[in-house]
Parts: sequence; C-alpha cells; structure tokens
Amino acid sequence: MLKIENLHVRVEGKDILKGINLEINAGEVHAIMGPNGSGKSTLSYILAGREGYEITQGSISFHGKDLLEMSVEERAWAGVFLAFQYPVEVPGVSNIYMLKAALNGIRKHKGEPELDAMDFIASVKGKMKDLDMDEKFLYRAVNEGFSGGEKKRNEILQMSVLEPTLCVLDETDSGLDIDALKIVSDGINRLRDPARAFVLVTHYQRLLDYIKPDFVHVLANGKIVKSGGAELALELEDQGYSWLEDKKAS
Amino acid sequence: MSASNENIKDMIGQQYKDGFVTDVESDSFAPGLNEDVIRALSAIKKEPEFLLEWRLEAYRHWLTMEHPEWAFVEFPKIDFQEISYYSAPKSMADGPQSLDEVDPKLIDTYNKLGIPLEEQMRLAGVAVDAVFDSVSVATTFKEKLYEAGVIFCSFSEAVKEHPELIKQYLGTVVSQYDNFYAALNAAVFSDGSFVYIPKGVRCPMELSTYFRINAANTGQFERTLIVAEEGSHVSYLEGCTAPMRDENQLHAAVVELVILKDAEIKYSTVQNWYPGDENGLGGIYNFVTKRAECRGDNAKVSWTQVETGSAITWKYPSVILRGDHSVGEFYSVALTNNYQQADTGTKMIHLGKNTSSTIISKGISAGHGQNTYRGLVKIGRKAENARNFTQCDSLLMGDQCGAHTFPYIETKQPSATIEHEASTSKISEDQLFYCMQRGISAEDAVSMIVNGFCKEVFKELPMEFAVEAQALLGISLEGSVG
Repeated sequence: MLKIENLHVRVEGKDILKGINLEINAGEVHAIMGPNGSGKSTLSYILAGREGYEITQGSISFHGKDLLEMSVEERAWAGVFLAFQYPVEVPGVSNIYMLKAALNGIRKHKGEPELDAMDFIASVKGKMKDLDMDEKFLYRAVNEGFSGGEKKRNEILQMSVLEPTLCVLDETDSGLDIDALKIVSDGINRLRDPARAFVLVTHYQRLLDYIKPDFVHVLANGKIVKSGGAELALELEDQGYSWLEDKKAS
Repeated sequence: MSASNENIKDMIGQQYKDGFVTDVESDSFAPGLNEDVIRALSAIKKEPEFLLEWRLEAYRHWLTMEHPEWAFVEFPKIDFQEISYYSAPKSMADGPQSLDEVDPKLIDTYNKLGIPLEEQMRLAGVAVDAVFDSVSVATTFKEKLYEAGVIFCSFSEAVKEHPELIKQYLGTVVSQYDNFYAALNAAVFSDGSFVYIPKGVRCPMELSTYFRINAANTGQFERTLIVAEEGSHVSYLEGCTAPMRDENQLHAAVVELVILKDAEIKYSTVQNWYPGDENGLGGIYNFVTKRAECRGDNAKVSWTQVETGSAITWKYPSVILRGDHSVGEFYSVALTNNYQQADTGTKMIHLGKNTSSTIISKGISAGHGQNTYRGLVKIGRKAENARNFTQCDSLLMGDQCGAHTFPYIETKQPSATIEHEASTSKISEDQLFYCMQRGISAEDAVSMIVNGFCKEVFKELPMEFAVEAQALLGISLEGSVG
C-alpha cells in the first residue's frame, strides 16, 4: 500500500529525515517510536502533504501512485488520514457541517452521490456513541473549547466517518488520561480492517498496550535505527532510547 | 504558505459576476445641480409645496457645508455638477399597471440577478418594491398588505397618497441638515420606499426592496422611511447589486426608521454593488445615512447588514434609544477585497432608562482592501442601567490588506454597563491544512472558515435572505454556514 524509499527531508535548511525506508501493507499496524526531535511528526506531515518541507531525496508511493505529486486534498481523497497531535479549532463551523463537507468532498471525488442528510446524521450518531461522545458535540464549533481528550476523540470520530485506507495517528495518546486512552484505542481497534493500514506515531509504549502493533520501528536522528515486532516496544520501555542512539553513533 | 496564498488569491480574485448593463433608454436630466434642477425634479414628481420647500432648505444648507474628511477612506474629489440628478426608464412614462406592462428588459435584468419577480411572488410570499434606477417599476402584494392596513409603496407614491404621513415623519430621524450627504439626499432624492405599519399589526410578510443602479453617471439618491406604530412588527429586506461600469457612481441614500412603543423593526441589508475591478478602477461610492429612533418604551430595532460590494462603503446604521427599555442591535459583515474601502459601524445613543444595545461587527479584509469599524456608544445622563455589548472581530486574508477599529465610548451615567471585545485573526495555514487534509478543497475550506467567522451575523438574517447573503459574500465564498 505505502512504500517509502530513501526519504530525505530538510526543514529550514536542517536535515530532519535522512534516508527513511518503510513498506506498509494493507491490514498492518506499524508503530513509529522514538525520542523527541527524532523526526516522527515530520514523517506524519510529509505523508499528509503539509507545506514547508523540502524533500531532497527519495520517493513515496501510495497504492502505486506517486504520493509526493499529490496535493493535500488529493491525498485525503485517495484515503490518507492524519489524526493531528494538536487538532485545529475552526470557530463558527459546526462539527457536523465539517464532517459532511469532508465526506461529500471525498465522495464527490469518487463519483459517488452526496449522502442523504438523515442517513448521515444517524450513522455519525452511532459512531459517537461508540466513542462515548455526547451528541451535542455535533453542533459545537470544530474543536473550539474542547478538552484535550475531546479533541482526540473527535479526530477518531472523523476517521471513522471518512473511512480512510491509511490512518496516520500523530501522538494520539498524548494528553489522554487512562480512561480516554482506552476509549480512543477501542475506537481505533474497531477500525482495524484487512483493507486498512495504521501508522501510530508515539513516544510511549502505553498506547501499544491497547493497540497491538504488527511492527515497531525506532526513529532516531532521522533514520529508522531498529525495527521489530511488538516486543521491541517493551524493550524500549525498559531500556529507553539512548542505547539505540548510542549504537547509531558508534 | 505560497500555495495556500495562491488559493486564497484565486478564491477572492473572482470577477464580479453581476456585471452587465441593460440597454434601456433613460430619460435623464443633464448633469448639474442648482435650485432649478430641484424645482424641475419636484415638478416632475408632482410634489406638494411643503416638500419642495423642504428640499430647497436642504440644498441651501448643503451649499454651506464642507465635504466630510474624517472617514478612513480615500477617493478623488467628487464634482457634484458632473452628476445627473434624475433618470427614469423611458417605458415608465406611461406608467405600467401590472408586471405584464413592465419593460421586458427590466424583468430580464432581475432574472439575470436571480430574482425573477413572479417566481419570487409566488414561491416566497415576499412583496417586492423593485427600484430600477430611480423609479419604482413594480410593486407587488399590495392588496394583501392593504388588507392588513400596511402601506408599502414607493416614496413618490406615498407623497401623493399619504402626504400627511410624509409631512409628519420625514426628516424627523435624519433631518435635512444632518450631514453633507444626508442634506444632498434631502435636496435631490428621487425615490425610495415608504412603509407604514399601523398600531398592533404584525406585517404578514417580509418586505423586500431590490435596489439597482443602472444608468451611467447617475447619482442615485434613495430615501426610505419606515414607521412602526405602537405594538407593530415588520421585517424589511434590502438587497442590491449593480452592473459593471468604469465610471464611479455615487450613491447617497438615507433611511429613517421610526419605532413607537412596543414596536419592532428588523432591517436587513445585503449590499453587493459593483466594487471596482482588481486594480481599483470604477465601483460604487456608497455613502449612506441610516438611523432608527426608538421613540416609545420597549421599542426594538435590529440592523443586520452584509456589505460585500462598493468601491467605498461609508455607513453607520444607528439607533437612538429614547424610550425606556428600548433595544438596539447592529449585526454587520463587511468584506473588502482588491482596493475596496469600508468605513462602517454604528452609533448607539442611549437616552432612556434600562436601554440596551448589542453590536456584533465582522470585518473581512483581503487583497488590498481596507476595512474600518467605527462605532460610538453614548450613554446619556438619564439612561440609568443602560447596557451595551460590543464585539468587533477582524479577519485578514493575505498581507496587503488592513483592518482598523475605532470604538468611541462616552458615558454620563455611572450605572451603565459597557463591554467591548475585539479580535483580529488571520485564516491560519493550520486551519487550511486541517480542512484540506479532511478532503475539503482549498476553495471550500476558505469559504467554510470565512462563513464560520460570520456565523453570528448570518443567523440574524431571515432564512431566505441568509442564503442570498452567503452567495453574495465575496461572490464565491459561498455555502457553508452549518
């Protein structure tokens, strides 16, 4: 589904990613772990197509197409979803309005008709219930005045409505208490599907207690320094990141 | 940011879509202004003596006045002798008795603007007093209104049919000496609308006037007077668009609202006159005096305006809160793009006890647009427990535009409560990226964010008008008030 080859990225003259190789197949869950400043969030933004990053080398293909040639919204239409570490507030625009605009944007691109408003609301309400979100959130402005946990739940709600094929979750566990973490994780697990892949970007192991990854990659100093199965995350929990960074340095 | 900026630029750089000129033979005065012109105008309109005298008083006073220079706008000096002060579509000479007799080209013009009269009559139940240049061409639903006792007609007609009401109320809120452009209007106003709601009557439909400026070099001086008697209620809708022209056209209207005890007027405007091209050439000068007076206790008035057009907008719909417990509201969206300039806001003059006012102003600046909020909240000595809440927000798009805020507060009453909130923001790259990442195109995302910004104002518009307002907001910033 997704193939990243020898990706080098520079931001404001500084090399952040220095040769990333990663292949992700449908149905897989990959965790990207690493210390702060290792380039984890940069990788998320690159996948979503955010501006301000200079790709100096390498390629990314998504479903066989050149992802780097696609605009932000084209990537969304093709099935890329980024759950933001810091979801953005959009004052005056209701949650339900934005969800509908987004879904219809995607459906229009696929040549599908707009959803019937009643069916749409019923389906969204069902998904909110799963995420233990009050229906009143539908009519509140997008993320405005939401708590940290509410914002993260809202990201998962958007993800479950838009049904992307590649879900990139950037530090979704940050700022969540244990109950919220469980609800969010359950929401993500419900979306696991043979046709869908996940990239979980996280600093801590605790998210992986709830969402079991198929692969764990450690990103340090702009490179993947170690890859393994779920057990690698536990090793990191015990030993931290320094032994890997040291190893790279030597 | 460059690509996002390009997107914004493309969005807001849309050509004015309502620009076209209908070819109708105009019956116009030669340019120029003197007492003879005013006498001729008054004679054509077969006005009573008192009105001619009133016009001449205004004119003589106007001659002594200086052109006001305090607004935050710039434009070349206007030569008032270069303007023609009367123009009427020729087919009006015989006076059409019904829509069928109206010049089909006029009807066609309205159709191009998306307001087919007959359709509107039938579907929306809205009576339309359409002003084409300076003479009303069609007034509808008159009979139904007549049954309710409501008078809704052109100003000229009111002068003929109800001279006692005109004499009683004309100039009592905005006098013929009020300010430079109000005095000019009083001297040369050609037509406009008149509404009278009798005691205790709730107007059975929303009243709507569609203004339009057509003939080149014709200053249009509209005058509107609405009187709401005790315990009555009316919602009045005013919408405007104008054809594309290179010459600047002056528009100096006056609107007077009289609200008696327990009465309410809701006055909504969507203004989309030709703003000039992307280099600032052409466009309408819109210098308007709008004022309401709550004369009785518990009177209420609400001004809602969506100003997207005109090269220069200069208007301050105001409220004099004379009656105790009277309420004044002002909700405004003003958008300036390219080289448009807007200096707009309101005055809330609290004179009665327990009076309250609300001001919500949303300014959007794009391109080289300059957008100014100017507001006065004045609490008189006797206005015990007066309250005002003001919220003034500016949204900037791009880095060439400007937003300015001049709030004035004067109070002589220690028990008054005055709140003022203000904010200035930009459409952030984060917001655009977030929306686009969800599959919303850049154009739709900008539209959605801007409409979200204006939501508090749009929700004050009558439903059918809110739809039009969104369509007119920056021409293509459409469709997303959720």
